This record gives sequence, structure tokens and C-alpha cells, in this order.
Amino acid sequence: MAQIKTAKARWVTWGLMAPAALWLFVFLVLPFVAMVIFAFGERAPEGGYQAAFTFAQFANLPSRAAAFTNTLVLAPAGAALCLLVGYPVAYYLALKSNPSHRMILVSLVIIPFWTSLLVRTYAWMFLLGGRGIPHVLELIGFADVRLINTPAAVLLGIVYGYLPLMIMPIYVSLEKLDRRLLEASSDLGARPLATFLRITLPLSLPGVMTGASLVTVLLLGEYLIPQLLGGGKVYFIGNALVDLFLQSRNWPLGSAIAVTLVLVVVVIMTLSMRVAWRAAGTRQVDLV
Amino acid sequence: MRAFVTAVYLFLYAPIAVVVLFSFNAGRSASEFTGLSLAWYGKALSNRFLIEALQNSLFIALTSAALAAVFGTMAAIGMERLSARSRMVFDGLFAAAIVVPGVVIGIATLVALVELFGLMNPFIASLWPGDNPPQFGLGYETIIAAHGLFSLALVAMIVKARIASLSRDIVEASSDLYATPLTTFRRIVLPQIAPSILAGFLLSFTFSFDDFIIAFFVAGTHTTLPIYVFASIRRGVTPEINAIATIVLVVSIFVIVLARILMRERNTKQAGSE
Repeated sequence: MAQIKTAKARWVTWGLMAPAALWLFVFLVLPFVAMVIFAFGERAPEGGYQAAFTFAQFANLPSRAAAFTNTLVLAPAGAALCLLVGYPVAYYLALKSNPSHRMILVSLVIIPFWTSLLVRTYAWMFLLGGRGIPHVLELIGFADVRLINTPAAVLLGIVYGYLPLMIMPIYVSLEKLDRRLLEASSDLGARPLATFLRITLPLSLPGVMTGASLVTVLLLGEYLIPQLLGGGKVYFIGNALVDLFLQSRNWPLGSAIAVTLVLVVVVIMTLSMRVAWRAAGTRQVDLV
Repeated sequence: MRAFVTAVYLFLYAPIAVVVLFSFNAGRSASEFTGLSLAWYGKALSNRFLIEALQNSLFIALTSAALAAVFGTMAAIGMERLSARSRMVFDGLFAAAIVVPGVVIGIATLVALVELFGLMNPFIASLWPGDNPPQFGLGYETIIAAHGLFSLALVAMIVKARIASLSRDIVEASSDLYATPLTTFRRIVLPQIAPSILAGFLLSFTFSFDDFIIAFFVAGTHTTLPIYVFASIRRGVTPEINAIATIVLVVSIFVIVLARILMRERNTKQAGSE
């Protein structure tokens, strides 16, 4: 459509964009700037923030090293587990399931993702807690089994919470796959495993990268799962941040940690999106 | 493979099913079912604090989703008309609003708003003629604003994808037949993007209704349903929480299924016209 850029058309365009632009500026850009400024400030004696220019907060990051280590180990580990469990499901949905049920099966994967993570994590708390599975185990002779408040419980919660987000992008990339390639491969005498390793897997790589990076990035900021299933023992960056902002009120150190977290997120997203886009040219992420 | 996939579906739904089942349990046990009862629902629904939290959550979710639906749709339409460079800026900002972890969004909003209110309140007070100048603080508005950020980006992305798939011919035909741009929008474009807008609204609603972490930071002294549930869980797992959790699940599953149906209708219609 040939567009004549008149002054009026430009006004209409900016009128349409104005509310979103204002919103993005006041509630995204401005807060980030504020957070960065805070990260270079000092803690006021009564808590909160006091203007200064110091790198002390960043130098003090090692005081929360345990939170960083836990997060940077368990988030990728959780994403890897999601991938291991999720890939076969995505593969089945895209290539093996009966097309007439496919939409329902896909919906059944997506629905949990859009329901309360708090409630879903609570469900595991309920199951793993003293009166749940351990009580059942006790009845059949295994006394004193401790399930909740362990790293394993946190990993379980992570897989449970984020599996749908891993399955969806992989499903989308497998669903687009040209079936003729698979037929050609087997016609040329490739075994199923060879076809999978040389055709299917490489072509699903964009989905794998999208899923893995989304899950990892969201896990880096996770608070609820380690809080409810780790019981304060398996401590993530998110838990450290809640503590620093809402309990000990050390806002500058909290801001420095949050800024560092955002930098890690940006690096991971940029790298993985590069890989994904190069692997096969799509920028579509299907979350709904 | 089939068995594995079945097991994964069981894994996804069994824990939720157990919570729903035990919300109807007469006793307090989490492992023995001692009889059907609606007692925990009665107890939950007669809890004044819970009802208040539920009302707050519904109000916040409806308002932020409605604002996001209107402004997000406007932005999706406006972006079509932007230069490639400005469009990239907005694409980047929308992506950031979705991908940046909620905990960071919550913190950044808290920090910025507290500073902003700290500057604004004395200033307004000095200009205010009367005795009781308005005081800005954390509350419903700040939760709506912070939820609206994510939702706005979500609606903009969903509607933008729909607009990109629209056929240009019919729009051109309309303007060739002397329809004004506004008439073309109202009669041609809007009916086609309406299901996407509604789906975006519904997803925004569930996001806001279920969000805990952002509200936790910016709610001030106010309570939403997830904040209330979280606080109750920390006091100890009780069957009453199972009942509340079931109510939350029913609301979000209903809304998300509706959104899915709307978006699927769009897809099948599209497939049919091609």
C-alpha cells in the first residue's frame, strides 16, 4: 500500500502510539534508569536509598554468592530437565499424534502455563509436605522420608512449572518441519535414528534454543518455587532480592543484584536468539 | 513414547487434581480422604479478608486487562505505520516487558515509584490550597500499572501478528470504494482483529489475576488474592487453602480455555480462506 506521509497521518500514528509509549517510558524505561542509579548509591541508615556514587554495592555482590551459585546451577539444570522431558512430548504432538486430537492435546499442555504458578507450586508443597506423600510412605513402611525443602523438590517444581514453556516452541518448530524431508531420508535408506539426528533434531534447534533460553531466563528470576519447595534452604537470586527489598531494606545492594541479573538475562537471550535465528530463519515465538 | 507422553500429562494434571479432590475432603488430612464435604468452601467464602482480596484481584485484573486491550491494540495498529527504526525500538521494549523476570519488574517499579512519589507529594502539597493534599502511594493503581506493562506488550504482540496476516486487498477495496479510513477500520479491520483483541484481554486478565511476585513488591499495604494465598501458605498448609486454590484454578482455566477457543477460531478461519 503506497503511503503518503502527510502531517495528519503522522499525528494519527503518534496518537495511536502515545499511550503505549508513555506506559513503556514511565513503567519500564524510567524504573530501569532508577534501578541503575540506585545500584550506585548507598543504603540510608534507616533503610532505603541515599544518593552517592560508589561501586561498593557491586563489590559487595559476593556476599550473596550462594544465591548466585544456586540460581546459576539450578536454573540451567532445570531448563535441561525440562528439555529432556519436553522434547519427546513436543515430538509426539507434532509428528506422531492423531491430527484430530492434536489441538486438544496442545491446549492441555498450554493451560497449566496460564494458570497460577503459586497454586501449582502449592500443589507440590501439599503433596511433598509431611502429611502428603511422606505420610503415605510411612504407612507402607518407609518412615522419615524427607522430600520437601530439598534441591530435588525445587528441581521438581521447576520442571512442573516450566515444562509447558519448553514444549511449545519445540512443538512449533517441529510442526513446521517439511515431512517430505523425513520421507526422502528414509527412502534413501537412513534408519529412523539417523533421520532424527540428521534432519529432525537440527531443524527443531530454533525451538529448542527458544524454549531453553526462555525457561532459563524466567528461572533466573524465580522466587516462588525455591521459597515454597526449598523452604529458605535452597536460596535463589529472587529470594535474595525479596529479602533485600522487603525485609532488610538494603535497596542499593538489591538494585545492584537486579542490574547484574538483567545483564545475565540480556547476554543469555542475545546469544541464544542469535543461534536460534541462524539455525533457521524464524523469529516467531508461540506462547499462546 | 506414547506411554511417556501419557505419563507427562499425568504429571501435569495429577497434583492439581489432588488439590481439587482434597478441597472436598471432610477431614484435615492430606493423605486420607475421609468423606465429601463443602465445609472448606464455606469457611473460605465466609472469610472477610479473603473476599476482599478476591475483589481486589478481580478489579485489578479487569482494569489492567481493559487498559492493555485498548492501548495494546492502538499500538499494534500504530506500529504498522511507523518507520522501520521506530518499530524496532517498540518491538524491543515490548519484548523486554515480556521477558524481563517479574521480580526485576517489581523491584524497578517499586524503586522508581517510591522516589517519584517522594518528589511529587511535597510538591503537590506546597501547591495545594486546602488542608488535605492528595498523597500518592503504592496501591491498586501501581499494581494496575505494573501488570498493564506486561499485558500491553502481550496484546500488542498478539494483535500485531493478526494484522500482519490480514489480507491487504480487502482494505484497499474498501478505500477504493470511497470508505473513509475510519469506516474501513470499523467495518473491515476491527471485525477481523476482534477475536485477537479479546484473546489478548483474557490472557492479560489471567496473567494479572495469577501474578504474585510483581504485586508483592508494588502493592504497599494492599492485598491481592495471590498475596493472601501466599501469606496463608506460610502460616501453614490448611484444607481451606485447597478450596481457595481450586477457585483460582477454575477461574483461570475457564478464561484461558475461552482465549484458546477464540484464537483457534481465528486459525481455522484463516486456514479455510487460504
